[in-house]
Amino acid sequence: MDAAGVATGDGTYELPDHDTLVALYRAMVVGRRFDAQVTALTRQGRLAVYPSSRGQEACQTGTALALRPQDWLFPTYRDCVAVVTRGVDPVDVLVSFRGDWHCGYDPYEHRVAPQCTPLATNTLHAVGVAHAARLRGEDAVAVVLLGDGATSEGDTHEALNFAAVWKAPVVFVVQNNGYAISVPLHRQTAAPSLAHKGIGYGIRSEQIDGNDAAAVYATVSSAIASAAAGGGPTLIEALTYRIEAHTNADDASRYRQDDEVAGWLERDPVRRLAVFLSSSGDFDATGFDAEAEGLAAGVRTRMGTDAPVSPSDLFEYVYARPTAALARQRADALDLPVGGRATMDGHEPGGRGIR
Amino acid sequence: MHQPVSLAGALNQALGDALDADDRVVVFGEDVGPLGGVFRVTDGLAARFGPDRVWDSPLAESGIVGTAIGMAMNGLRPVVEMQFDAFAYPAFEQITSHLAKMHNRTRGRVGLPIVVRIPYGGGIGGVEHHCDSSEVYYTHTAGLRVVTCATPSDGYRLLRQAVDSPDPVIFLEPKRRYWTKEPIDRAVDGPELHQARVVQPGRDVTVITYGGTVETALEAARIGRDEGYDLEVVDLRSLSPFDDETVTASVRRTGRAVVVHEAAGFCGYGAEVAARLTEQCFHSLAAPILRVTGYDIPYPPPQLEHHHLPDAERILDAVSRLQWEGEPHHG
Ligand SMILES: Cc1ncc(C[n+]2csc(CCOP(=O)(O)OP(=O)(O)O)c2C)c(N)n1
Repeated sequence: MDAAGVATGDGTYELPDHDTLVALYRAMVVGRRFDAQVTALTRQGRLAVYPSSRGQEACQTGTALALRPQDWLFPTYRDCVAVVTRGVDPVDVLVSFRGDWHCGYDPYEHRVAPQCTPLATNTLHAVGVAHAARLRGEDAVAVVLLGDGATSEGDTHEALNFAAVWKAPVVFVVQNNGYAISVPLHRQTAAPSLAHKGIGYGIRSEQIDGNDAAAVYATVSSAIASAAAGGGPTLIEALTYRIEAHTNADDASRYRQDDEVAGWLERDPVRRLAVFLSSSGDFDATGFDAEAEGLAAGVRTRMGTDAPVSPSDLFEYVYARPTAALARQRADALDLPVGGRATMDGHEPGGRGIR
Repeated sequence: MHQPVSLAGALNQALGDALDADDRVVVFGEDVGPLGGVFRVTDGLAARFGPDRVWDSPLAESGIVGTAIGMAMNGLRPVVEMQFDAFAYPAFEQITSHLAKMHNRTRGRVGLPIVVRIPYGGGIGGVEHHCDSSEVYYTHTAGLRVVTCATPSDGYRLLRQAVDSPDPVIFLEPKRRYWTKEPIDRAVDGPELHQARVVQPGRDVTVITYGGTVETALEAARIGRDEGYDLEVVDLRSLSPFDDETVTASVRRTGRAVVVHEAAGFCGYGAEVAARLTEQCFHSLAAPILRVTGYDIPYPPPQLEHHHLPDAERILDAVSRLQWEGEPHHG
């Protein structure tokens, strides 16, 4: 559907059914409210950093809702709304941005990998999970999210190639939001489109309007179905725009004009689906706003107090079991008795630990 | 104990037995399929276990380690090969940022039981990029286990232990010992994955080394005996974690220590060993700990490498400089 919420499909993909469109709308309303709440909390200093999803809700909810329960999602730092839509507790998602730990949720619970910071590295993990699923005879597809900038990294190319050669059940969803921090797409690539990068590796590739939740949902679902049926990988380039700065620490006015942002606000993904659904008659969205407010209030309250963090955790998870040296360092840091042999020729180490 | 087997052969048997013992083990990398790897460590495995267990990957080291990470997340136990030490560098980001950290990042929820096998070190007349001793890049990274083997028997044992480890293991194979032969015992008992072993007991000096230079240290011990030095040789096996217990016990006994490795000395592994021993054995030491290492230079070309590699003579030179003045049996 176009920016005005008018259906424009050419029949390549079926329009998702009414209930699915309503679910997409609901997820976008909730996701946007979550994102705004987190941006506000970040301004108040409650988070160390936050990369906003605003403007990219259609890409993120459309992808997350297209996944079946057994499928895997490999998100980046940008994709909190996708992760929340997948069902991860919003406060667990924020653990890493608040700085309590590097990942706050169990990746196996919702089949959501930790949000990945080193660009493009998650593409290979997704291919590995997908290939293992195939080897183990498991019906699961891995869907990986990446940005336009990440398509320049070597790992993206290795992942596309591995996926194609192994016919791995994996879907690459490139959210082309026009910028990698400050660098615009034309300085990132000379390719006619990012979808072309998949074609070069023998991968079925599509370019879609990433602000059209129906289009995202339809293409990602179809790619998942194809991968699950043995059809191999798909690359989807979703054209979208990042409305906020790269993160709260970034000043977007140094590299882009306000009228460019205004143009993209006109193409808002949430409003267009509202218009479309309203024109279809049977549609009542009042409950969604209340749900979104409830979620935001919950996030505010639960983020209002500092979660306890424990220095002993620093040593706990480095290996399956702490090594002898780490056990000693933990004792030292926590000012605990060292236990066992002294470390210095019969002299107990003194010193004051972390308190 | 049967026919003598080379280190490469012992590692091959270890991989075969590991694939046999556990369906979740898979082996992949560059040329490891029908060819059997450029050093033949995977010889015959593809034919024996089929292409879903042992296969050739495309050429891309980051791709190999990165996809192994995904496979381990989804229940497999990949053993991957980097063709040569310096060609593992494209995988460095995956190794340091993900392989080493996933367990910690996820508070132990996601473990990555992966073995990255890396033929390493010089002494084979190899050209540039084929002879690096890259161990400290990995030992400096918390979350990895880094081990290296010196003999066929221990290579077999160590690789089986590495495959069984719940932690990711960087498994360094000293290329110049690939063809060393001895009858091997396929029992896995003996020192554990994290333990060093005293390979030659002695009274006067502890020579601490690993991988390709264990044999060099043993040679120094043989020659040293005629010169009146009784050298104890410790093969570290596990570079990370470091087996403080075995090594400090030895040094407290002998009171003197020399650390030997091929890699450059500056910020090399020997610096860590010397520092730890100074901290832990100061009152038992009769002399400063000395290091015998490669020079602080890029690995030399084949015609010059013998100048760079520590040999028995350089080890004994260091031994003779360990402040023996006044000792009864070494005036
Ligand atoms: C390997 C790597 N290099 C650099 C960075 C620093 N960095 C973080 S985000 C970013 C821009 C990424 O742009 P893009 O892939 O388009 O994603 P977006 O942030 O727009 O969602 C950069 C350069 C990084 N995270 N990883």
